[in-house]
Amino acid sequence: MLRVYDLGHSRAGDKGNTSNISVTAYDDAGWDVLQRELTAAVVAQAYSHITPGPVRRYELPKLRALNFVIEGALGGGVTRSLAQDVHGKSLSTLILTIELPGR
Amino acid sequence: MAKPTDVVRIGVGAGFADDRIEPAIDLVERADLDFLVFECLAERTTARESLTRRHDPEKGYNPRLIERMERILPLCLDKRVRIVTNMGAANPGGGARAVRKMAEEQGLGDVPVAVVEGDDIESIIRTMPELPVMETGEPVESLLPNMVAAHAYLGADVVCRGLETGAPLVITGRVSDPSLFLAPAMHYWKWAPDDLPRLAAGTIAGHLLECSGQLTGGCFADPGMKDVPDLAHLGNPYADITLDGQVEVGKCPDTGGRLDRATATEQLLYEMHDPAAYITPDCVLDVTDVELHESGPDRVRVTGAAARPHTDTYKVSVGYHDGFIGEGQVSYAGINAVARAKLAAEIIQQRLRENPYNYTEMRVDLIGMSSLHGREPDGPEPYEVRLRVAARCDSRAAAGQVGFETRAMHVNGPSGGGGGIDPIIREILAVQSVLLPRQLVKPRIYVEGAA
Repeated sequence: MLRVYDLGHSRAGDKGNTSNISVTAYDDAGWDVLQRELTAAVVAQAYSHITPGPVRRYELPKLRALNFVIEGALGGGVTRSLAQDVHGKSLSTLILTIELPGR
Repeated sequence: MAKPTDVVRIGVGAGFADDRIEPAIDLVERADLDFLVFECLAERTTARESLTRRHDPEKGYNPRLIERMERILPLCLDKRVRIVTNMGAANPGGGARAVRKMAEEQGLGDVPVAVVEGDDIESIIRTMPELPVMETGEPVESLLPNMVAAHAYLGADVVCRGLETGAPLVITGRVSDPSLFLAPAMHYWKWAPDDLPRLAAGTIAGHLLECSGQLTGGCFADPGMKDVPDLAHLGNPYADITLDGQVEVGKCPDTGGRLDRATATEQLLYEMHDPAAYITPDCVLDVTDVELHESGPDRVRVTGAAARPHTDTYKVSVGYHDGFIGEGQVSYAGINAVARAKLAAEIIQQRLRENPYNYTEMRVDLIGMSSLHGREPDGPEPYEVRLRVAARCDSRAAAGQVGFETRAMHVNGPSGGGGGIDPIIREILAVQSVLLPRQLVKPRIYVEGAA
């Protein structure tokens, strides 16, 4: 198994109660795996204990990047969340723990 | 570090309210800037500052405005670098007058300051209770009794009018973040407000710059995997933009951080949803075909941005009172620490349920285990764990009880609980967004002092 961590890097942004989490591949080989295996469903499963979603996935092949938009992930939003990390900045490192089948 | 003759160079002074000032000073001293932009308004800041202004009609601008301007304005006047900032928050006019007073006292003379107002549209929202809240679709009506402020995100066209006054400093309230950077480019090159390829260029530059150090290696380092040199002296970025909309971003030599495809890609997608439709007041930006090229050390050329015309609405942030959050923390260590922390959490929650207050939402975090990602890790338990309890409540008294009951664990809870803190009580100003037809918003631009 490969971890997303081994293939790419990630940053999370917040808007209201929605988190967007990008994953950028380090190289073409990593991009092939990420593009094929890191589906919206896989990501939704990894965040399912935080939010029922939905999760939308956008592809940016020229940047070798995926962008996941995860609704309901921020405990009501930055301004009213009970969480420690109200912006969900640390949610970027959760996606990196996902394990994917290699080729 | 002279700039090429065919570009306008726009630097970042600050990318968030608590940003450092030294990188801004360094940029002005060494980077041959034309403009310096301070972006300092988080989503709820204008609402909070609206409350400040009610207590003191001359206040309500960013509390750090004067200390920042004391440091940077003399340099900018000397080097003819013009400043654009949204640090006016809920009172741009008051901010302008305060800066002028400071400048006079510092011997800088009579400094004219352009003011951009009209983003405060609370009175309009009160007459439109049917407007749907963007995230829920529910009418905004239910928020109105607790509303403290409503501000529209104005665009670059309005900031341009501030720059056209010739004042060395333009102070705004709520303006969309990329617009603060697009405006100087539009003004400098006299771009038309419907020139979509150039709006795309200025908007993508603004989007990359708006969080300052997040473009140059901040929020990026992961030791051994993604190393970033000298983060203690992280440099702020600038953008070079040509008349026809070519964009390169860079940073000063001999500053910390790094600027390359990896850092720029992370920032390009930061706070972006659909990459084909990043909506600003100026245009709808499409970054689907954007490419990033490393054109030199710590220098990235940005190509392929496209734009469609702006929408008919302004996004409006509605700030409203949303009760209180109370919080307490206490720590446990050693053998069976996690079980003791969990027992403490049960006791605290039971005490809160049995008191006369009503807690609509409670949250228990085990810091060191599950507080950030929300799941308990497999494998051995941590040696130490910190319990955090937070609850949503409708009164200050109820919020205070959360921390009170948590600190009681020092004496009345499981063995070895220590390191409790004073109860945290936060009064919540929450924000929701609505869309308002643009023609209802009437921006005002004027100059404090002789231009």
